[in-house]
Amino acid sequence: MKGHAESAAPFVANEPRAHWHDESLWFVRVKRDRQASTVPEWEDLRATASAIKAHTLSRLADYLEEFERNATANGIHVHWARDGAEHNAIVLRILKDHGVKRLVKSKSMLTEECHLNPYLEAHGIEVTDTDLGERIVQMRKEPPSHIVLPAIHLKKEDIGELFHIQLGTEKGASDPKYLTEAARGHLRERFLGAQAGLTGVNFAIASTGGVVVCTNEGNADMGTSLPPLHIACMGVEKIVPRPQDLAIFLRLLARSATGQPVTTYTSHFHGPLPGGEMHVVIVDNGRARILGEEAFRRSLSCIRCGACMNTCPVYRRSGGYSYGYTVPGPIGSILGPQRDPAAYGSLPFASSLCGSCTDVCPVKIDLHHELLAFRQELAKKGHVPWQKRFSMWVMGQVLARKWAFLLGGRLMRTLMPLLPRALVYGPWNPWGKQRELPPMPKESFRDLLKKEPK
Amino acid sequence: MPKVGLFIPCYVDQLYPQVGLSTLRVLRGLGLDIEFPEEQTCCGQPMANSGCSEDARPLAEKFLRIFARYDHVVAPSGSCVSMVRNHYEQWLAGKPGFEHLRDNTFELCEYLVDVAKVTKVDGDFARKVGLHMSCHGLRELRMAKSSERMVAPFNKVKVLLEQLRGIQLVDLKRPDECCGFGGTFAVAEEAVSCLMGQDRIRDHEQAGAEVIAGFDMSCLMHLEGLLTRDKKPMQVLHVAQILEHARLS
Repeated sequence: MKGHAESAAPFVANEPRAHWHDESLWFVRVKRDRQASTVPEWEDLRATASAIKAHTLSRLADYLEEFERNATANGIHVHWARDGAEHNAIVLRILKDHGVKRLVKSKSMLTEECHLNPYLEAHGIEVTDTDLGERIVQMRKEPPSHIVLPAIHLKKEDIGELFHIQLGTEKGASDPKYLTEAARGHLRERFLGAQAGLTGVNFAIASTGGVVVCTNEGNADMGTSLPPLHIACMGVEKIVPRPQDLAIFLRLLARSATGQPVTTYTSHFHGPLPGGEMHVVIVDNGRARILGEEAFRRSLSCIRCGACMNTCPVYRRSGGYSYGYTVPGPIGSILGPQRDPAAYGSLPFASSLCGSCTDVCPVKIDLHHELLAFRQELAKKGHVPWQKRFSMWVMGQVLARKWAFLLGGRLMRTLMPLLPRALVYGPWNPWGKQRELPPMPKESFRDLLKKEPK
Repeated sequence: MPKVGLFIPCYVDQLYPQVGLSTLRVLRGLGLDIEFPEEQTCCGQPMANSGCSEDARPLAEKFLRIFARYDHVVAPSGSCVSMVRNHYEQWLAGKPGFEHLRDNTFELCEYLVDVAKVTKVDGDFARKVGLHMSCHGLRELRMAKSSERMVAPFNKVKVLLEQLRGIQLVDLKRPDECCGFGGTFAVAEEAVSCLMGQDRIRDHEQAGAEVIAGFDMSCLMHLEGLLTRDKKPMQVLHVAQILEHARLS
């Protein structure tokens, strides 16, 4: 699998588009700043949210079982899935039991993680993603490039072209209102024809046995109100103890995600429709293992707001697909290599460790420290290329010896100016591709210090 | 009087000797007892940030041996100081003198404001200056409020520079976006790194800056490399080089 730098190169090479992408996401970051600044207790909210998550994760099994008891009492069927395959099989079985051929989905990163759509389609079920951005990438047969803004990499002209082919809108039309109307008409048909609705879960409340889904388009409500069967899929980490705790997260989520005070719809599901059925599938898929790793456990606090992506200067300029994992950006660069260090080993290095993600995170995950810790983890497990490990070993050996360091420095400073430019700035020097090396001074600081009056 | 150990990062020693001298002169100007321990080389950050932490360990141990004897350690780099303060624990926890070293190693501006209690900067610098708030000093040492955090604003670099007569500190559209240096990131992710740097430069240009001032030469080396290649007239300066000509009290 290609590393991040290689996957990012074509995105960066289209500089106007990379800048457009950067500005689009920075606009969301600025909206977030504006919203957060209107809440005087913002930093207290972050600290409280972080503490609630730490507490909940410390007794996760208890809260999950409490949730199961209360949900069952509410008439909800609760299922447990060890991994993506089990999750997909459970969903398929429920659908088959009800003879479902047409399913509408509202946004769920978990089902992306489990690759549910292709699995269901292979079993003859028509799956329609009903979040507009999700529907767009689904039509393009692409995964989302961002967890909250799945089609952020596309311009309205791209969408006009897609809708012209898929929905028969006028050729060349790119008016957002016109295109949205067309999508709405198309989705209405799918909603009305659906036999079941599947949603993700933003929060599951242990003490009430209900789940909460936050959307802006009301598509979760449409998809669960029309058909009689509702399946909600959640990772084990979505649990919060009480409704009071939910209040903290709801104040943080939309402000951090899109700079809105709250999502347009915050839908609470505490049982099936009259005469209908509701199922909750609780999925581990590697999360328990992350919980056991002290350095990375906090990444499970993530509420999937996407703020770390919007603020990340690397994500903004390299796009979601450069990461090659379901969840891109800083949080994805921790979650991806947890799953498969060989495939996603370059992701923790796709960061300048600027720490903006850590400061923006509403639940105070120490993202850039986890990225750094992961680099060490990868090196220990042998997933850092030997050339890099070897050069770092040499560098360590030189810098550990004063004489070697001073000799190396002197050689560099005296020889570099004598070498022909073509030799210094060859393809073997990535620094020099777009940058000059610093001018080489004749004397080092310690040379000059000897001449400095005391 | 406290005994102060001067910590000059390896690349500053070899590539930016003037920055080292300016730092020394600023500190001596305050009448401090400064010593440059000759045995020092590097804090080990390049190896640690590449994941090769065992290659960094001997350097952390060496650093402790060299600098443990000082009351304070001061360096013209936020990033190298953060290495000592926030990342040395993994190798040095429990070693005699480590806690003292960790709690008494300072970046220059931080030292001037918090420890030396400098309140007055008397000097001239009639230039338009864009301040580059390097990430590690900003977010790991908390030298200023980062734009993400909703706390009362402060900035330990600005509070010094803004007192200079004639200086115009320009307003950037993105006051603390990363320049893209990031150590080995600058080479491993060359394309993204350079685009980030060019975007930073453009922000300083649109704000009318003549000088980009900062407290980490590593970021400034990256920006200077881009400026020189593109034959742009903007200059980069370390804060110490600006403060050197002022009287601090």
